[in-house]
Amino acid sequence: MFDLKDLYQDVIVDHNRSPRNFGKLEDADRTAEGFNPLCGDKLNLYLKLDDDRITDVSFDGSGCAISVASASLMTDALKGKTLDEANALFSSFHDMITKDKPQDAEKVERLGKLAALLGVKDYPTRVKCATLCWHTLHTAIEGKEATVSTE
Amino acid sequence: MSKITAEKMTATTPAPIDVEAIRADFPILHQQVHGKPLAYLDNAATAQKPDTVIKTLDEYYREYNSNIHRGVHSLSERATAAYEQSREKARAFINAGSIQETIFVRGTTEGINLIAQSYGRSKLRAGDEIIISEMEHHSNIVPWQMLCQQTGAMLKIIPINDAGELIMEEYEKLLGPKTRIVSVGHISNALGTINPVRRITDLAHAQGAVVILDGAQAAPHTAVDVKALDCDFYLFSGHKLFGPTGIGVMYGRQELLEEMPPYHGGGDMIKKVTLKKTEYSDLPAKFEAGTPHIAGVIGLGAAIGYVNDTGIERIEQYERELLDYAVKSVSAIPGIELIGTAREKASILSFIFGKIHPHDIGTILDHEGIAIRTGHHCAMPVMEHFRVPATARASFAFYNTRAEVDQLANGLEKCREVFG
Repeated sequence: MFDLKDLYQDVIVDHNRSPRNFGKLEDADRTAEGFNPLCGDKLNLYLKLDDDRITDVSFDGSGCAISVASASLMTDALKGKTLDEANALFSSFHDMITKDKPQDAEKVERLGKLAALLGVKDYPTRVKCATLCWHTLHTAIEGKEATVSTE
Repeated sequence: MSKITAEKMTATTPAPIDVEAIRADFPILHQQVHGKPLAYLDNAATAQKPDTVIKTLDEYYREYNSNIHRGVHSLSERATAAYEQSREKARAFINAGSIQETIFVRGTTEGINLIAQSYGRSKLRAGDEIIISEMEHHSNIVPWQMLCQQTGAMLKIIPINDAGELIMEEYEKLLGPKTRIVSVGHISNALGTINPVRRITDLAHAQGAVVILDGAQAAPHTAVDVKALDCDFYLFSGHKLFGPTGIGVMYGRQELLEEMPPYHGGGDMIKKVTLKKTEYSDLPAKFEAGTPHIAGVIGLGAAIGYVNDTGIERIEQYERELLDYAVKSVSAIPGIELIGTAREKASILSFIFGKIHPHDIGTILDHEGIAIRTGHHCAMPVMEHFRVPATARASFAFYNTRAEVDQLANGLEKCREVFG
């Protein structure tokens, strides 16, 4: 039986209540919009780049606690990373919350605070909430203009 | 109270439902979810099935599965008879004039698409107008948008007020000589509003328009009489009426159905086929191409039988009291705001809860054994009207209890604890 506290860890509740890096970056180099039509989560992502390094990142929009906390934690984690490092982080994060196998402790460790979202793994319908910001990041990195949708 | 008065009362007021006896007929209800007794409050999405429906499906597949209308063997004759008996039950359930007016479709969605593509496409021209409302389910919006693209017809929208009721004065202003079709929900799936459908129909008919009523949310909760409603088409889905998924009923007035071209071509809808020309079957077969969902139809017949045995008036009465109780319990919780507070409502409680996103409410309630729906309920324009991305929706059936409403209220307190 899943414990609700595994999903709504204090870190999640805190980042939902006071999301970090929330608001528009007026001088963003890249922006992208993400939308989850199933639950109506919407977010805009703003990236400021120095060559291929993320110097600043922010988001705004509305969504459930999981999607807001995930975006908040993601933006914290991305600052100072190169685009390749960001993509690699997405890949590890995605593995963590979708792969149904024992977690490699070292990998989880490397994810730092993002590991607070590990509980989402037990809620297949909520995985999309946690990954919406990352898919939006991917779109922003690719520099595509289109809105990304989870459906 | 004198004896005579008491007798009179029992003669006019139906005996209340014995909810425990009803619940005993629904095997799925007796289970635990996350270690808590299941409170299934997602009936507007799909309803649970009584034993009799499950047994009827089982019996069909075990004893007389075969194709209908064409076999000369015993199993086929038995299946055909059961299929057509269900049609008669469906006809009587909505008081259609004849079995020719009672067409089996996959569900309400397919029925609306059928009407749009068969009636609409053959009758409408550029500049004609179709009226729907702001509270419609996407299945009563998108087929009309498609038809407008195909024909050049225009879509007009009846607005709703902040209680979630149609603004009838605005509807009257939209009606005119160009109005050809009016298609509205009998009961709103997102708000629970019971619409004044007879009045809507009368006003539309005065302009010569045909009226389509989406009865997906109404058929399980209130008596439907298509003659009394005077509508031209009526649709409902089996799975919301305690029957199988993938089956529904389209009522259509015979004159209209006769004039309409078939929707799908294939077997069973023909009298004679040559490689040059086909002569179509008479009603209702004209609209039932291919091998239909035979088990579904027979299962739907069993579901209608169950509802009839319980009594739709008793169901309505019970659910009204349960909804009143739920409205009182849930709206007493600080931070709860009901979305949809129409004077005439049925079985649906849509709400938001402070800053807690409905999705999170859904997950936390699930942990308390409570199944509700969260999201836009396939009615995004309604969400837009109320400026919310989503709502949480509890929807009731006659097997739900006050204890389950209490469980919901306690679950909502749990949401507050988590998000403090």
